[in-house]
Parts: sequence; structure tokens; C-alpha cells
Amino acid sequence: MMQSIKLKKNKKKKMSLIEFINQPWKWYVAGPLIGLTVPTLLIIGNKSFGISSSLRHVCAACLPANIPFFKYDWKKEIWNMVFVIGIFLGGIIAMQLLTNPNPIQVNSNLVKELTGYGITDINGLLPTQIFSWDSLLTLRGFIMIVLGGFMVGFGTRYAGGCTSGHAIMGLSTLQWPSLVATCCFMAGGFLMANFILPFILSL
Amino acid sequence: MNNQNDLILREKDAMCVNESELQHKWYHNFKYLIVGIAFGIVFVKAEIISWFRIQEMFRLQSFHMYGIIGSAVIVGIISVFLIKKFNVKTIYGETIVFHPKTFSKGQIYGGLLFGLGWAITGACPGPLYATIGTGATVVVVTLLSAIFGTWIYGLLRDKLPH
Repeated sequence: MMQSIKLKKNKKKKMSLIEFINQPWKWYVAGPLIGLTVPTLLIIGNKSFGISSSLRHVCAACLPANIPFFKYDWKKEIWNMVFVIGIFLGGIIAMQLLTNPNPIQVNSNLVKELTGYGITDINGLLPTQIFSWDSLLTLRGFIMIVLGGFMVGFGTRYAGGCTSGHAIMGLSTLQWPSLVATCCFMAGGFLMANFILPFILSL
Repeated sequence: MNNQNDLILREKDAMCVNESELQHKWYHNFKYLIVGIAFGIVFVKAEIISWFRIQEMFRLQSFHMYGIIGSAVIVGIISVFLIKKFNVKTIYGETIVFHPKTFSKGQIYGGLLFGLGWAITGACPGPLYATIGTGATVVVVTLLSAIFGTWIYGLLRDKLPH
């Protein structure tokens, strides 16, 4: 919104390319780019797109502890661990070089709801009042950071995949188990966000 | 370990499996780093890693995430169709293989559990890595907790319904 007001005032000044890229990207740009990861990984090395398996490979590499689930040749999946390191680096690059100078635009109803829980810092990508080292020592912070993370790790492996492996790769290859998984992801999310999170956020 | 047994083991639970018959030198992994970097940049720039966007998604307050996932799936479906139709090979000339995912009750129970966690953290595994990259260092704890969650799953697997 701020960008369009600027453009109207200075009709002669055009937005530079870098300013254009620094704006938040639209879904119809990001979605297809993500979709292209599917054929890219297949073509460059016959790799099936998936990210939650990286959690399994870390367990297998670091602490297999004689557990059958982690006794496999994890070295064959090093590509996956390199891939997620790339995601981490991509995060650094995007934040350091392509950062959006404006605060994030969030739905006003959500802002109202969050203010009710004392979450007023709505500038960046995460609410720092919840996701911070200080918050980790509070009950709310601990639940959201530690318990939430645990559920993601346990749930994705139990389901055999996350949004990348099931919702994107699985649906791209028309696998009905992935449709089941994706529906359950969404059901769990709706349940939590609308019925349980209000209690957690009020802690 | 016997190659065939190892493949069967890794295919279990619809886990994604690398199956290139060619043995590559370590520097061949570099291309996955590049794809990962591009992926991470898209994650951040499209605000996919934003906790707020995920909350909006689950409250039906924004089309953004649905647009992303939907268009990604459509592009994925078309790509896979084209690969199969034109028998596209990998850059090394190998045939591209697709591994069918077998159904298990884990997709339901695990799926629901992951969904609950996704709404809490506002992130699925991929965004966790990117978020740490943006400087939210406390998310390392989320990631470690997720790894721990995976480990506990491995431990309890035989006792869980599949």
C-alpha cells in the first residue's frame, strides 16, 4: 500500500528493479517456482522432493541408537541434507540482501485477535513476543516453541511426509495417500488455530 | 548392507528415496545446494515462512497460501505429466523413477498431529530452516525439538498403529 501511494505522488520516479524484487512476492510467482522444484530435483538426479525426511537423516547420522527406523544408509540421502542447508542459506541471503523495507501486511481481524493476547509486534515474519529466547522460559513460549516443534517432527515422520513430500510431491504424482495426509494436515491446523491456540496464546 | 534390502528399508513409510544407480563424487551435491538456496529465497520473499500467513491460512483470512500450494501442485502435476509423456531423462541419462506411496493410518494420525504442530509453530520443516537463516535463532530450538520428535517416533514406531 505504501508503495502505491509513493508511485502516485512521484509519477516521474520509477521503482528500481531491486525495489521491485524486495517487495513481498505474489502467490502466482512463488507457487509455480515451488512447483518447479518437483521436476528440477527429478531431472538433476532422480530425487523425490521432500523435506521432513531430513529430520530422519539427522537422527540416523547422529544418534541411530540401534533403532531399526534409523538403520539405513543415510549417506545416500546426503543430497537432502545439502538441500536443506541450501534453504537455510537462502533464508540468510533473502533477509540480508532482498529484505522488504516495509512491515508485513497482516489481516486486520487477525491483528485484532492477536492484540488481545498481547501480541502487538507485527512487523516481521514472526511474532517476537512468542518466538524469542526470553519467551522460551514462559509456559506459552515453551509450548509454542518446544511442544510445537516436537509435534511437527513426530507428526511428519508418522505421516511419512510434510507439505513438500505429500501436499506438493505426492499430489503432483496423483497419490491418494498424499491427499489423505494433506487433508489431515489442514484439519489439524484448522482445529489448532481456531479452537486450541486461543487458550495457548492466552497463557 | 545389501543394496536391495536397504532400498526397501528406506522406502518404508512413504519416505522419499534417492535412487540413482550412479555413484557420484561429493561435489555433485552442489546442485542441490543451489536449488535449496533458490527455494529458501522464495520461502522468505513470498512470506511462506511467516507465522502470520499460516494463521491467516487456517482462519481463511487470506488466499495467499492456498494460491501458493495450489499453483505449486498444478505446476507439479503438469511437470510430472510431461516427464512421463516425453520420457524425460535425468541429466545423466537415467530413467526418472516414481515411487508409489503406500497408505498407512500414520497418514491420518501423524497428519493430524503435524497439522496441530504446524498451526502452533507456523512452520512446516522447510520453513524452519529458512526462518533460522533470517535470524530468528530461537527457532533452532524448534528444529531440535522436531528432530527429537522424529527420534521418539522412531523409538515408538512398532507400538503405533499403521
